[in-house]
Amino acid sequence: MSDDDPKSRPPSPTRRKFLLTSGSGVAASLLAAYVPASAKGAAEESDSAPTNAGPNIEGAVPITLRINGKEHSLRVDPRTTLLDCIRETVALTGTKKGCDHGQCGACTVHVNGRRVLSCLNLALMHDGEEITTVEGLGTPEAMHPMQASFLACDAYQCGYCTSGQIMSAVALLKEPCGPDDASVKELMSGNICRCGAYANIVDAIQQVRKRA
Amino acid sequence: MHIFEFIRPKNSAAAIAAAAQSKTAQQGADVRFMGGGTTLIDLMKLNVETPARVLDINRLPLDKIELMPDGGLKIGATVRNSDLAYHPKVQQDYSVLSQAILQGASAQIRNMATVGGNLLQRTRCVYFRDTAMPCNKREPGSGCPAITGHNRALAILGASEHCIATNPSDMCVALAALEATIHIQGTKGSRAVAFGDFHLLPGNTPHRETVLEPGDLITHVTLPPPVVGTKHLYLKLRDRASYEFALSSAAVVLTIASARITRVRIALGGVGTKPWRSPEAEAVLIGKPANDANFRQAAEAALRNAKPQTENKFKIELAKRCLTHALRTAAAS
Repeated sequence: MSDDDPKSRPPSPTRRKFLLTSGSGVAASLLAAYVPASAKGAAEESDSAPTNAGPNIEGAVPITLRINGKEHSLRVDPRTTLLDCIRETVALTGTKKGCDHGQCGACTVHVNGRRVLSCLNLALMHDGEEITTVEGLGTPEAMHPMQASFLACDAYQCGYCTSGQIMSAVALLKEPCGPDDASVKELMSGNICRCGAYANIVDAIQQVRKRA
Repeated sequence: MHIFEFIRPKNSAAAIAAAAQSKTAQQGADVRFMGGGTTLIDLMKLNVETPARVLDINRLPLDKIELMPDGGLKIGATVRNSDLAYHPKVQQDYSVLSQAILQGASAQIRNMATVGGNLLQRTRCVYFRDTAMPCNKREPGSGCPAITGHNRALAILGASEHCIATNPSDMCVALAALEATIHIQGTKGSRAVAFGDFHLLPGNTPHRETVLEPGDLITHVTLPPPVVGTKHLYLKLRDRASYEFALSSAAVVLTIASARITRVRIALGGVGTKPWRSPEAEAVLIGKPANDANFRQAAEAALRNAKPQTENKFKIELAKRCLTHALRTAAAS
């Protein structure tokens, strides 16, 4: 859960690391290619001074995103969703793209402590705001209680929806939610699990709530 | 998604001036205000909306919920749906609004979606969302394949031969029953629009959904002072228990004195081309005993002019039972 920190990765090339490194060059060249020359994005009141700006993509706009406590000065095409920015530009791939239309919840992240769908937000809307992804919750050695509970309760099968489920579940802890399972199910209804691990997901969340 | 210019206006006046350059504030607008993005970004990804300029109004000071001197409530346009639904004053005095919002969308979407944006929520009609298909709302004059196509979820009230798209909002149904007022700032100054006058029937101009003109910025919504002793209920019927649009819903605000109904406001969702206030149903109930027979009569009146589509005749009876049950449950609460 800490793909952003190379030191925490296992020394041998994992599948994820291989895909990440081999894919990033392709992504960058695609991104550069698909920005039309007519692009004219510009935030009128942008206070951020890009300190570590990426490649000079025509039409790209400078922004500063604070992700998991770390500041990223970036240049993004105005169309870039927060999801694509997190995954492709910042290369934090724990946040997943499911439907890309706000129907599945796989892309759930926290903005200023509240859960939102990163696929239905533009990265530019979040200039200067505090973003937390699943990588910011805990590490394999020191997991967030919700991550540990998902593990203990076997609250997943394929795992694709899991980071979104966990981000929703962590946010739910601070929301008005009744004590019963039905209340948890209602507040978790925006996170679809195609494998149907719902019963264990509810268990995992309730165990954390009972311990709190 | 088409390329656009992203602008964060310094203040409302700058936002209005920039938006006023749009040819229309309706379908196909080349300048759009961006609130939570939950409708607009979705439709931009589908190329149903292709604005050349997007004005981010999220940092304008329109995000407050304030008590007004007359006892009513002032709700800023960029107040998030979840903040409105969980506001103590709303939960206590305008419970139907809180209930309606919390039965809509998901927790994440409610955290993002704004009040102003929800007022402008677009239909979920599949033909509107698919640019490969004709749609009179998206491409005026191109035709309405929904009339002979998939229309199970579409409107049985307020439709025309040009459009049968349902208004999908839950929040708007509650605001209709609460007789909210929508406050708009435009190039010619400010104006207040009664909730019932804000959304337009499709008629032969389904691409025109509201009274908004280029430059018009919804700044806030006001609710009249709460009526003492009213019972509130929002009942929503849908294909699954959560995170689904209504097949039929009812917002009921009811006052009963000495077993008789002294005041009632009724609006229906999921069945109309706009949030559907029913003065017909209200008229049936005024002064009458609060009993099942009268509730059913009110429901019959509300659906008297309903016209089913090829796939949704069931919605007429569903909507009647929805309203009857909502009235019964509210009265017993």
